[in-house]
Amino acid sequence: MGSAAGKNYINEFAGLKSWFTSLDHKRIAILYMISVLTFFLVGGIMALLIRAELFSPGGQFLTGDSYNQVLTYHGAIMVFMVIIPGIPAIFGNFFLPLHIGAKDVAFPRLNLASWYVFMFGAALAVSTMFTSKIDTGWTFYTPYSIKTGTAVVTMVLAAFVMGMSSILTGLNFIVTTHKLRAPGMTMGRIPLFVWAIYSTAILQVLATPILGITLLLLAAERIFGVGIFDPALGGDPVLFQHFFWFYSHPAVYIMILPAMGIISELITTYSKKTIFGYTAIAYSSIGIAAVSFFVWGHHMYVSGQSEVAGVIFSFLTMLVGVPTAIKMFNWLATLYKGSITFDSPMLYALGFMFLFAIGGVTGIMLATLGLDVHFHDTYFVVAHFHYVMVGGTLMALVGAFYYWWPKMFGKMFSETYARLSFVFIFVGFNVTFFPQFVLGAMGMPRRYFDYIAPYESLNKISTVGSWLIGIGFFIVLFNLIHSLLKGAKAPDNPWGSKTLEWTVQSPPTHHNFDHDPVVTAGPYEYR
Amino acid sequence: MSTDNHVTTAGKHHHAHHFKDAWHEFISAKEGIWLFMVTEILMFGGLFVGYFIYHMKYPEMFAEGASFLDWRMGAFNTFVLIGSSLTMALGIHYIQVGKNKAASWALITTLACGAIFMVVKYFEYTHKIHLGLLPGKFFAYPEAVSQNLAMYFGFYFCMTGLHGTHVLIGMALITWVLIRNMRGEFDSHYFTPVEGVGIFWHIVDLIWIFLFPLLYLVG
Ligand SMILES: [Cu+2]
Repeated sequence: MGSAAGKNYINEFAGLKSWFTSLDHKRIAILYMISVLTFFLVGGIMALLIRAELFSPGGQFLTGDSYNQVLTYHGAIMVFMVIIPGIPAIFGNFFLPLHIGAKDVAFPRLNLASWYVFMFGAALAVSTMFTSKIDTGWTFYTPYSIKTGTAVVTMVLAAFVMGMSSILTGLNFIVTTHKLRAPGMTMGRIPLFVWAIYSTAILQVLATPILGITLLLLAAERIFGVGIFDPALGGDPVLFQHFFWFYSHPAVYIMILPAMGIISELITTYSKKTIFGYTAIAYSSIGIAAVSFFVWGHHMYVSGQSEVAGVIFSFLTMLVGVPTAIKMFNWLATLYKGSITFDSPMLYALGFMFLFAIGGVTGIMLATLGLDVHFHDTYFVVAHFHYVMVGGTLMALVGAFYYWWPKMFGKMFSETYARLSFVFIFVGFNVTFFPQFVLGAMGMPRRYFDYIAPYESLNKISTVGSWLIGIGFFIVLFNLIHSLLKGAKAPDNPWGSKTLEWTVQSPPTHHNFDHDPVVTAGPYEYR
Repeated sequence: MSTDNHVTTAGKHHHAHHFKDAWHEFISAKEGIWLFMVTEILMFGGLFVGYFIYHMKYPEMFAEGASFLDWRMGAFNTFVLIGSSLTMALGIHYIQVGKNKAASWALITTLACGAIFMVVKYFEYTHKIHLGLLPGKFFAYPEAVSQNLAMYFGFYFCMTGLHGTHVLIGMALITWVLIRNMRGEFDSHYFTPVEGVGIFWHIVDLIWIFLFPLLYLVG
């Protein structure tokens, strides 16, 4: 399958300028990869600082104010600059066109522009770290965000700009999926990763504008005092929460749906078995996307919204469990009687299923009105969403890195170190976050920089766990960089996968396919 | 990369390498533009929701606020924008039938309508600034009956301000396609940018058609 003289998308054009002006979806994916990983490093260091501060009661090296700032940047960076763009912008960009047999995304120029818009927003956000560090938490709740003397306007505009980038990426992917599928690539034959990215894109396009207007109104509130969110002027701060979560709950699925898409790919590849329930998994992505718009009130059970609203939101939230469980059971059914190999990406996929199950079930607990009143704003919630966001999305992200690395760069990594990194991340994750469920149940409130003596031992365990996770991620980084320098040359299809990206050379050529593919069967024709 | 993406040589447009043909490129671009319009409508939707909530809560205050607006100016502007939508549509039609010169005139008329709209808006704004009818902390009108009249003008300036920004962006985009049209870059086979700008302009007009009764005619 090799094309003339070993040309591929990496070596076809030389020089930094050729990267910063490239319209090739694969190169833009690499630009995103480097930026997102850099932000991940920054956000991760913040996380380690938070855990180090909480190692013992009392102030260690952070004051209450600086703790609030570190907490805010950890949340804002991880949400807006790592997890939301993460999988779609890196792997969606790289593999969506390859998966459907296209030469590029529908609007390559817009794709590059999205990256510049994203970087502009990120630069704005980072700039506030050097002026007046914001301390509102990533949720920017009013009335505090109106009153605090920190750079809320800049940060809010940064989030607005990054939201715009997210919209443009989503729009690009929707049109790509609709219009650029190869002959024979019906919607019933696209890989499940594409279904997941497609559902995510719908959410990006439909939910993000609401965040946009909410953030603009918050900026207007600070600049002009328009009063919409300010009770002193006849406004309602709870309205901000409604607006904010109307975006930010669907945003949770912007973060997790792409991860689910990756898991579908990994499970079927390493079971060497056709995925069980393709249609059910595909439509459950759309189902999750649809239901996610009607559950935002579960963040506001104790905000003073009516009890009837609380009950309705509680019921609707539990409904999300249905399509999610459909995916879980289909993955399990795929494993059943499969020829399973435990290559490192598969370990991450199984790790995802284990951790995401815990994250999901505790989510149902939090959706329950009576329990949430008890757990609200405690470490139970912190543990729950980290099980979903880290145990779910980040596990899938690392799995995807190992799975697709040979295709993206044409190099094999060390399987031993890959498995070692899994052990550190998986064990470290549970050591860090499982005690937080217990702490939450004991009543330890979240977002505080100090705690009382009875919480000490579990906090110590949690902090030690955070070091294990840190080591795990550094092993991943070391392993991947080492493979670029010293790794063996990767074959075109090292895992025996069936989707289209594995039919072309590693790394792919600029045009992806030497001959336009014609598709005659589904994506997972194993047995 | 310049070899296989949009290349415009001597006014002839070639479709990009990942599309089958020019038609394939056109319908894809159009779908993208419509999706973007959906996000615009949703963004204004947030403002409309806020408006309805507070209008329900403070109907008298909104009525008092609206009494400071001159419905004749609003109606005139509505008329101007509807007219501009017509000339925009005509502009696209003329390009499709190969009358590029007529198309340029239609686009210039559209631009002029946008400018008239903004001039009227300018007079309305200065009048309110003069009276002190301003949002929030800048509100300085001494004879307000409702206690939180400032909020009405918060909505007024946010909604018309965001809309006015879109009119200005639309005018910039129309200028862009006008220049390209005068350079002869469009013909009956390729006019995607004009079509896209046209859709944007219609949506901006449509949003004004909702803003006008909500702001000028309540109470
Ligand atoms: Cu939620």
